[in-house]
Amino acid sequence: MADSVSAYQIAVVGGGPAGLAAAAAAAEKLGAGRVALVDDNAAPGGQIWRRGRLEPLPEARRAEAAARAAGVVFEPGVTVVDARALPGGGFALLGERAGAAFALRAERLVLATGAVERFLPFPGWTLPGVYGAGGLQALYKSGFGLEGKRILVAGSGPLLLAVAQAFRKAGAKVPAIVEQAPRRAVLRFAARLPRHPRKLFQALGLGLSLLPVRQLYNAFPLRVEGDGKLQRVVVARYGRSGKLRAETFTCDYLACGFGLLPSLPLARLLGCAVENGRLAAGELLETSVAGIFAAGESLGIGGLSRAEIDGRIAGLAAAGAAEQARRLLPRRRAEEKFATALAQAYELREELRDLALDNTVVCRCEDVTWGEIRRCPAGRDAKLKTRAGMGPCQGRVCGGALEFLAGYQPDLPRQPLYPISCGVFADLSRLAADLRESSPEPTHPGRKT
Amino acid sequence: MSAEAKVALRIDGETFEAEAGSSVAAAVLQSGRLATRHSRQGDPRGPLCGMGICFECRLTVDGVPNVRSCLLPVASGMEISTDG
Repeated sequence: MADSVSAYQIAVVGGGPAGLAAAAAAAEKLGAGRVALVDDNAAPGGQIWRRGRLEPLPEARRAEAAARAAGVVFEPGVTVVDARALPGGGFALLGERAGAAFALRAERLVLATGAVERFLPFPGWTLPGVYGAGGLQALYKSGFGLEGKRILVAGSGPLLLAVAQAFRKAGAKVPAIVEQAPRRAVLRFAARLPRHPRKLFQALGLGLSLLPVRQLYNAFPLRVEGDGKLQRVVVARYGRSGKLRAETFTCDYLACGFGLLPSLPLARLLGCAVENGRLAAGELLETSVAGIFAAGESLGIGGLSRAEIDGRIAGLAAAGAAEQARRLLPRRRAEEKFATALAQAYELREELRDLALDNTVVCRCEDVTWGEIRRCPAGRDAKLKTRAGMGPCQGRVCGGALEFLAGYQPDLPRQPLYPISCGVFADLSRLAADLRESSPEPTHPGRKT
Repeated sequence: MSAEAKVALRIDGETFEAEAGSSVAAAVLQSGRLATRHSRQGDPRGPLCGMGICFECRLTVDGVPNVRSCLLPVASGMEISTDG
């Protein structure tokens, strides 16, 4: 069976801007057919360039065309569930595609697994009609029509402005954008933006003052009310006097996300070191595991421009073109300043820790409430005693919340990273065993495994 | 991909014309069903993340249970059931 497994010099995981750039840069060095790009979506582009039924953006089209022209092998629709270092060097990447086992072997990996939204629990957040901010945008791009709907946008971060603009263009009415950060912090951040001409605001042709939508700062959703689905959102905000006031919005949907978090389960499964919630990496973006590089939001939230630069650096470095990669480092350092400013401006406020009540569900997979979880001294206890984080999403939703609410550190992930059928699991175990056998430990000393 | 093209499928036994290129999750929402599943305690739940991580959009498609419908494009003749 092992000879049915394709072998590559480099496998890039994640088909967003960072992954596309990494695959193109590596394939331009190594030649056609030697770099694979593995992605869970049907089409490349990641979340920011998700197209669905829409026409792809010109920049997304260019990035994909560059990767195709360089001879990158596209492997779409693959959910990666396992990855391991092989005894003789290189890595096995194991996954599922359309109900069947998928495996490949690569000498080096580039992890461009992007980010997920941070969700925070508050009463009513599990009602249908409540979506992530990026979540509702993704669903819209995939065919969910929003025309004529009233959509409250809430949470934190520049993504809120971008999605509010997108919803308005889609014919929806946005009664307000509810941002938890203070206005002055956001303004300070915005003042830096002209030095970053390709950033979110400019790319969308909007500035804070240009968007004709009511913007509330120091404000956050208190609860969602409705019978079987969202009907009203009650928002808390600080008035001029500094007193907290409640305001109720009647609307169809709530799009709510509290910033982005690097998506790390695959990297952590491979043993890559994580620092402050993001992947640790050297100058040329090699992680703590030799042969595994990283690019984009897994290295910390830095936005589109940095993701593309990261991709080129990691792709070139993984392909052995270290000198060429090094020339891009000054540009990356400039982008890093933006990333730091972003994190400071949108720091989460303390009050958000108190939104969940004892009967508020935190773990949506297992219906575990905050009252059950908060009695546990550590994340591990919560998991064992309440099953929080043990459902199909494996803590991808409640993990970010519990880290903020209770300081719980994520448990080490186990394979399979996503639920798969027993048949696929068995097939993958066989493929993994074949790959191990076909890659024996080298007999000569000194080689890193 | 033409924006006009439609794909005929069935959701909970009812015929629905989805836009070609839609995800199954978007088609189900578009059909007026905001809930895709019920939680362990029986509460209705709908898609949250739109990108395949939250599993709230899981559905039965052509007899296969627990399909993350936000990742799956619609296809002609698909049989989709939300869990009751």
